[in-house]
Amino acid sequence: MTIITRPASKPADIIKDASMSKQKDMMARHYERLSDAPTNGEKVAATFVPGNLNELLMCFGLVNNLPEVNAIQSGLRKQSGGYVMEAEKSGHSEDVCTYVKSDIGMMSKGNIGPNGRKLPDPDVLLLSYTGCFTFMKWFELLRQQYNCETIMFHTPYMADGKITKDMIKYMVKQLKQDVIPKLEKVSGVKFDIDLLREHLRKSAIAEDDLVWVLQSAKTKPSPIDAYFGGIYYIGPIFGAFRGTDDAIDYYRFLRQEVEERIAEGKGPVTPDGDMGQERYRLVVEGPPNYTHFRQFWKMFYDEGAVVVASSYTKVGGTYDFGFRHDPVNPLESLAEYCLNVYTNRNLPMRVDMLENYIDEYQADGLLINSIKSCNSFSAGQLLMMREVEKRTGKPAAFIETDLVDPRYFSPANIKNRLESYFQMIEQKRAGLRGAA
Amino acid sequence: MLDVPVSATAGIIRRCEDLFADLHFSTARAWKAAKPGRKVIGFMPYYVPREIIHAAGALPLGILGGGDQLEVIHGDAYYQSYICRIPRSTIELGVSGRIDFVDGMLFPSICDVIRNLSGMWMLMFPNTAARYVDLPQNFEDDVGGEFYRSELNEIREWLGRITGQPITDDAIRASIEVFNENRRLVREAYTLRTDEPWNVPASELYLVMRAGFVLPVEEHSQLIRDYLASVRDQQRPIKDNSRVVVSGAFCEQPPLTLIKSIELSGCYIVDDDFLLINRWERSDVATDGDPLAALARSFLHDSHSTPPKYEPDQAKKGLYLVEAVRKHRAEGVIFAMASFCDPALLDRPMLQDILKAHGVPQIAFKFAENSGQMQPIREQAGTFSDSIKLWSGA
Repeated sequence: MTIITRPASKPADIIKDASMSKQKDMMARHYERLSDAPTNGEKVAATFVPGNLNELLMCFGLVNNLPEVNAIQSGLRKQSGGYVMEAEKSGHSEDVCTYVKSDIGMMSKGNIGPNGRKLPDPDVLLLSYTGCFTFMKWFELLRQQYNCETIMFHTPYMADGKITKDMIKYMVKQLKQDVIPKLEKVSGVKFDIDLLREHLRKSAIAEDDLVWVLQSAKTKPSPIDAYFGGIYYIGPIFGAFRGTDDAIDYYRFLRQEVEERIAEGKGPVTPDGDMGQERYRLVVEGPPNYTHFRQFWKMFYDEGAVVVASSYTKVGGTYDFGFRHDPVNPLESLAEYCLNVYTNRNLPMRVDMLENYIDEYQADGLLINSIKSCNSFSAGQLLMMREVEKRTGKPAAFIETDLVDPRYFSPANIKNRLESYFQMIEQKRAGLRGAA
Repeated sequence: MLDVPVSATAGIIRRCEDLFADLHFSTARAWKAAKPGRKVIGFMPYYVPREIIHAAGALPLGILGGGDQLEVIHGDAYYQSYICRIPRSTIELGVSGRIDFVDGMLFPSICDVIRNLSGMWMLMFPNTAARYVDLPQNFEDDVGGEFYRSELNEIREWLGRITGQPITDDAIRASIEVFNENRRLVREAYTLRTDEPWNVPASELYLVMRAGFVLPVEEHSQLIRDYLASVRDQQRPIKDNSRVVVSGAFCEQPPLTLIKSIELSGCYIVDDDFLLINRWERSDVATDGDPLAALARSFLHDSHSTPPKYEPDQAKKGLYLVEAVRKHRAEGVIFAMASFCDPALLDRPMLQDILKAHGVPQIAFKFAENSGQMQPIREQAGTFSDSIKLWSGA
């Protein structure tokens, strides 16, 4: 029987390892920089995580502001529910993406960031349109609000599972003829391709360490949780720090920390401390819920379930399949990066990835967290589940939540489903033992 | 009630109704069976280059979901409750064998759901060729245009592999001319509807246009000619209806009863974005020079504005709807958008703001292709029509 208990008092402080604290400091520092941008004379570019061109923006001294990350922060702080309803009150449909509505609602309430200070209006909207149609409408809505320069950077879809020369040519042309000249105009800074090369060189160093950390989950027990913990790990590189020395330092530090955990035979750090015995190794497809992030995670680690690989941590780049930013071919490399983000890959590629993760990470099965808001991820997931089950013979399960809309997080249902799923894995194991 | 058409028109409409209701696509099956080696290429809304399919000697077949007459059993097992209806009924058509004669499927770049459906098709129906049609969101000739031309060329090669024959430039130019003629007739029918909406009810025009999704284009052009001749030969009573533009149903189609309900509630629909592909290009596509470049140019510079397309110029955002109101002498706009349709529903607040700024009355509701309860729609549209008549400054 599932019993849901509500805490009678404030939850205990979250336990973090040193890298998580370091990451939190970096993010806080970035939000302060954003809030201070108008007084410091810095210009701000709003853009998206998938297809984030941080190295390019840095060439123009532009500070990166990511509306999805703002929505996530609002979700984690239990503010997004109010923002979403505020947007719905002003005419936005209940059917559409809650990231968008949280952002719109936040703007209508003064655009106060997670640091409690107003976020600046963007000087430019870089509509890097990769893997999600909603992005286009989102920035049309923001453009209406801010009435600032808006740059469309269109990434073709990897529908045939390959990147063609024509795709790269199209994207590089957009960069040369549209994106870069407009960024020069907004910033007043002339483009320096050697500076871009330098940023890309730094990106690749950090990417190596990120991949090492994510792949450390192949170890048994896994020293990391590649979904809930993974969200901390991807923060700097998917956000405003890719291409910086800060990112290199952070990922080196993180890697050392994980190396130590492996040497000590430890599992992941959870908000309640070191995880107990690893009982289930899962691959997770889909984004998490942020409004009940800790409660959601607890449902896993209380049962000894660790996520060893996730697709969500590839939404800002699929580095574990070999891609690295390349200072030798800077613009082509930015194009290739955008093309490769997880949701820009066709469904057969996504199924192959998940199958590969289950095999390589010796996982017990696949769990899909289907997000009401996100058709880019969600449309087709039920077929993906069947395919992965068929190919791997491992059990799969399906739960539904939302990114930042608390109305779509039903803890009793989710806990019930997860418990049933863990029982299913046990039965599968028992069956295999019996067969042996 | 809607005015009954005179006998000649009634015959045409009956034929169109039969084509509309036939979810086994018997006409297309018969077309394919009539000659060995013929191929049928299915396509989903909202736009694909049908000219190239025609040039390949194949039949472009519009797959517009299952409507309100298809019981979806298997399709629902592939989609969560918060995803629109058209992909699930399309899966149903596939799984139930209703489109098993289709040799290839094209999925245009319209939204994440249809995009992902292209990959689902590859996994579910590996023996049917499936291809995503990537459409440019950059509208410069040497950037988006060049990319789109390369995409068109890939489609040409893909079709050539299906038919076993290369597709020549001459064949494409000839097909462009055939489709230009069809588009001219479609535009003529729409213009007649604007001028005499009492003689060209939207529910009739819809059926005539919908027939073009299953018939060979030449046959459809003749059907439009016959229909135009027939309606010009009759005069139905003029009613004191309000003139409205219906916007938002560019992908999943509303049930026919919804279109009829809007009309029965006291509205003349004088413009809409149903079945937009048949008038996607606003004027003729050039028939000289490189035909793929001509198709690309028309797409970039001479095609309709619609929510799935990016509007690079903020000052022009949504003005197409204001222009439609002006051009068709409409008195208001009805936003009829499919439930869970991201491009439509995300766009709607912006379009509403534009209409508000221009003083155009508007209402909005959602539908699904299998919506059955029309009383609320009729009441809402009826009240809207009455309010226009009573209170509009027009």
